[in-house]
Amino acid sequence: MHIPDGYLSPQTCAIMGAIMVPVIGTAASKLKKTLKDKQVPLLAIGAAFSFTIMMYNVPIPDGTSAHAVGATILAIILGPWAAMVGVSIALIIQALFFGDGGILTLGANMFNMAFVIPFVSYYLYKLIAGNSEISSRRRFVGSIIAGYVAINISALCVGIELGLQPLLFHKLDGTPMYAPYNLIQTVPAIMFAHVILAGPLEAAVTGFVVKYMQKSNPAMLRIYPPKIRS
Amino acid sequence: MKKYWQVLIALIIFAPLGLITQGNAYGEWSGGELKSKIGFIPEGMARFSDKWKALLPHYSLPGWNSNFINSSLGYIFCAIVALVIILTITSVISFLSKRKNTNQDII
Repeated sequence: MHIPDGYLSPQTCAIMGAIMVPVIGTAASKLKKTLKDKQVPLLAIGAAFSFTIMMYNVPIPDGTSAHAVGATILAIILGPWAAMVGVSIALIIQALFFGDGGILTLGANMFNMAFVIPFVSYYLYKLIAGNSEISSRRRFVGSIIAGYVAINISALCVGIELGLQPLLFHKLDGTPMYAPYNLIQTVPAIMFAHVILAGPLEAAVTGFVVKYMQKSNPAMLRIYPPKIRS
Repeated sequence: MKKYWQVLIALIIFAPLGLITQGNAYGEWSGGELKSKIGFIPEGMARFSDKWKALLPHYSLPGWNSNFINSSLGYIFCAIVALVIILTITSVISFLSKRKNTNQDII
């Protein structure tokens, strides 16, 4: 779901970019306060993990491909703000160095993958896991559901962003100027890929790591939210 | 901690599994691919899609694409490049925050 340059109108890019500026600013100031020095390597591993996971393309029956993002597990372990920074770093490198996702569309891609997924998944996870034990099944199930739902909501956002283009930005005769497929085409198509494969993949990646941490390093699942010292 | 780096390295080594898939993701088609789908390249797209020249477009190392093994090695190389960049960025973050802490001690 890395939207390339040219698929979104400059106006759309500007709006998505404008939305992300204060969000990134907030993330930076929150991290300055809460990210301990020894967690910075975790952030590095997280960003690298997200980047690498996104290299695992899987085939979708309609001839396209999709991939997990790894943003959910980052949000669960480091919290949504750090996850946003980690995934953003991966996305920026992907766009700048590898042409995966556009430069003008970075705002939109960051919104979809670095903002929507971490925040939706973190709060869903918290909602389901509640105050259950770190090693509880409820927490594990919560992480899987959070991953599945969050990436699908993100896909929905992408579908809407793409599908609105021909409706809002076309020539006088109706010819689309940017992404050519409208909502009725884009939303089902992109949801299909994520409902049947990318969603389960994100869920599986998340659940696998959570289960592993529950067994061998539960402290990892206690990093965020940081305990308030009185 | 070391275990997690090892897992990351393993993930990088097996990343070429993600190269087997042929199709592009939905909405990530190149201008040419789109043209073969709908018969033309939308005007705005033609204008904006070539503005940025990435160093290693689509994770392919120039000259390393003749067969799957070479492409795989190129793919792995790209992941390593990304890892190095990420480590550089986080080192800068770490350095800046340590400097800030030290300055506060002096006061």
